[in-house]
Amino acid sequence: MMSLERSPRTTAERDEPILEVRNLQTAFFTEKETIRAVDDVSFDIRPGETVGIVGESGSGKSVTARSIMGLVDSPGRILQGSSIRFGHVETVREYAEAFPNRTVDLESLRAEYDPNDFFARAAVDVRPTDLGYERADDVPLEDVVAAGYGDALGVGDGDCVFVTDGSPESPSSIADGFVELTRLDGEAQRRMRGGRIAMVFQDPLTSLNPVYTVGNQIKEALRLHQGLRGEAATREAAELLEDVGIPDARRRVNEYPHQFSGGMRQRAVIAMALACEPELLICDEPTTALDVTIQAQILDLLAELQEERDLAMMFITHDMGVIAEISHRVNVMYAGEVVETAGVNDLFADPKHPYTRGLLQSIPGRQEGDRLQTIEGNVPTPNQPATHCRFAPRCPKAFADCEAVHPASVPVEEGATDHTAACLLYPEELPTAEAVARHRRRADTETRGDTE
Amino acid sequence: MSQQTIHSDADVSTDSDEDAMISVRNLKTYYDEGGLLGGTPVKAVDDVSFDIRSGETLGLVGESGCGKTTLGRTLLQLEEATAGDVLFDGVDVTKLDGSELQEWRRNAQMVFQDPESSLNDRMTIGEIVREPLDVHDWKTPRERRQRVKELLATVGLQREHYYRYPHQFSGGQRQRISIARTLSLEPDFVVLDEPVSALDVSVQAEIINLLEDLQAEFGLTYLFIAHDLSVVRHICDRVAVMYLGNVMEIGPTEELFANPSNPYTHSLLSAIPEPDPTSDRERITLHGTPPNPRYPPSGCPFSTRCPTRIRPEEFRALDDELWTRLNALKNTLSERKRAELSVRERVRAAVGKDTRFGSIEELYDDLFGDLEVPPDVQSALDEIETHARNRDEDEALAVYHDAFGSVCEAETPEYYSTGDGEHRSYCHRHDEGYRSPGAVLDRRHR
Repeated sequence: MMSLERSPRTTAERDEPILEVRNLQTAFFTEKETIRAVDDVSFDIRPGETVGIVGESGSGKSVTARSIMGLVDSPGRILQGSSIRFGHVETVREYAEAFPNRTVDLESLRAEYDPNDFFARAAVDVRPTDLGYERADDVPLEDVVAAGYGDALGVGDGDCVFVTDGSPESPSSIADGFVELTRLDGEAQRRMRGGRIAMVFQDPLTSLNPVYTVGNQIKEALRLHQGLRGEAATREAAELLEDVGIPDARRRVNEYPHQFSGGMRQRAVIAMALACEPELLICDEPTTALDVTIQAQILDLLAELQEERDLAMMFITHDMGVIAEISHRVNVMYAGEVVETAGVNDLFADPKHPYTRGLLQSIPGRQEGDRLQTIEGNVPTPNQPATHCRFAPRCPKAFADCEAVHPASVPVEEGATDHTAACLLYPEELPTAEAVARHRRRADTETRGDTE
Repeated sequence: MSQQTIHSDADVSTDSDEDAMISVRNLKTYYDEGGLLGGTPVKAVDDVSFDIRSGETLGLVGESGCGKTTLGRTLLQLEEATAGDVLFDGVDVTKLDGSELQEWRRNAQMVFQDPESSLNDRMTIGEIVREPLDVHDWKTPRERRQRVKELLATVGLQREHYYRYPHQFSGGQRQRISIARTLSLEPDFVVLDEPVSALDVSVQAEIINLLEDLQAEFGLTYLFIAHDLSVVRHICDRVAVMYLGNVMEIGPTEELFANPSNPYTHSLLSAIPEPDPTSDRERITLHGTPPNPRYPPSGCPFSTRCPTRIRPEEFRALDDELWTRLNALKNTLSERKRAELSVRERVRAAVGKDTRFGSIEELYDDLFGDLEVPPDVQSALDEIETHARNRDEDEALAVYHDAFGSVCEAETPEYYSTGDGEHRSYCHRHDEGYRSPGAVLDRRHR
């Protein structure tokens, strides 16, 4: 009953995902250590859907967002084997047209690709398990090339557009394909960033330049991505401000950020993000710096805009209340890993992972009794590939095996593909020993070499 | 529900509790007053009265800029009060100076919001926590060191942390250090200025538990300033809701949360996102932002955004949507009144070119183009339009107030006692001539 209430949108099969994140690993290489800020994260986002990401600070939420935007700076790097596929068909067509030299027709490659033979080759230093499959037979060609192991098949260094249905020669015939975001650079990167995927940051004051008028900054995006200039651009900018609910927009366009209140600034930043009609909007704690009444306004605005434009949204926050309000699906992150994924109703009604439970119980008002539940300890900084459960030291349910086996993400019970948790206690219907054995098998086949 | 007016200040003080530890009476804190050119002061705290009882936790909530931090700082004499009294055991602390003030400060301490900036990076934890003891020349240095180590243990840190530096600690631990420093002189009264806002939920829960333990152990009295209402509901005995320098409502926590009186409290509570996706509660979204405290609105401070504003008799039947637009018109006019025209724009206006102000016709078209406006409203709007076109916003606003204003803008409300005696709310709607805010919200928003 509950899942029916929300909206028909939550149904998973509504659309093909617009963004598929697979085995994303982002690490920062410092002199002292390697920090694996995002370690093997996978999720999808569909058009019109809001995917929430929650977790404490230091759990890798923002780095995930920045990896998608291509904003990870040195000494940070997205490791090989990671794949972020942007599957919007029109974008694939546009890219195929603009970058014919970087476009690959996967259909023609498929003839040469024999998974068993491929993984047996000496030059190929990747195992099927690295890509999330148990057997070589199961690994689709898409995953191999997207993860960056296509060289052996003749995929060039700069290739980033992959067509799976249709011919790259006539872009309008393309019916399916994807742009691999981790392989973008230069002009291709610039077109994606802002044009197709836009981001709203936490603090509106730092994302606006204080010495330019707000209108000026919106016009910059319009000029770069849509070639609008002069009067036309000003008019468009004013219209955008009006769309995000700023009254008297004609006057506001010529004002500076300091003349805007906090909520207005965030509205202006959202207007900038929407200037080029992106398909995907990434919101990194957009309301954390705002008051509740203003937060309510911004959440309303985002929901409205999503409805109007069928936007896909990725919404990062640490506020469980905001997550419950805005998202359709939720990924709970801990120390660089997604520990639980579920539809929003399932997650709040029936959280499975001990970390999610702890997180929900520490919110004042949800606990039983007078004292607040706490999770002892701090989020560890992941600097080694995980060989055990990273939450084990703080987990109230930890047992001996938790220190020895790295849990894989599994459905919480038979058939619940929509609700997964990375914890040795699941799948729930198996006796714990059997469940542990299953996780151990997954972990053993996954003895990941140094992926560096 | 009994609704009586508390008429004069004299009444309030006789009302005051026997066991009140701190009595605040008509306190005002204005900034930027009496500069060389006079000027308009920012009314950060504008005529506030309440009591804090010994051993209780009083919550102070409100949006940023409503004056809650200024109020806390004024109680500790970190800001100078412009008018009014803060009575602590019968002594007015706003009049203290010199050694008396120093003595009072031993008794009243503060924990700040951001543990990153409230600890000196170049001092060890021991030095930080010992500093208040040094300043007040507490016993011998040896005893001070001993005391600091005890304090560290009290707040859940290790004695060995004495020689470490702040950067070696996490946010939650730093806040513990701040708390240890606060407690070093055994104060009776502690102002907690958003002590958990910068922390993650699980860490936040630890600090809240610690604060509750310490209160029980040392019999502390807290003023807990926060904007997170769920935290306030958990920790506070009574809550005061502030808006634009005024206390809008004050009352026992459970009663205030379960049965709020003031329309502002209603809106604030409904704006908190609930960690329950199945909740079908209707949210009251306030439009716009709080007014500038330098130019607070006349009458009730909340009148510009109030969802239950009293409407004049003759327009009572108007559509809610039209009222929203009318309100938007008024807010735009008052903003334009204060926006300054640059020389360039004056010239542009003089030669008949467009200024950055869209013409008033455009504004009207935006606001009322798609609505059916009754003739009596239209005639008032036409008059406003004429004045606005001549850039005479003052006159336009005067006409607006004549036509659409009500008691909300005309008179400041009084405190009405709602529920049991200590639950008070600052709103005209509690007067017997009007319907109560709750009833109006039910009608207009559900």
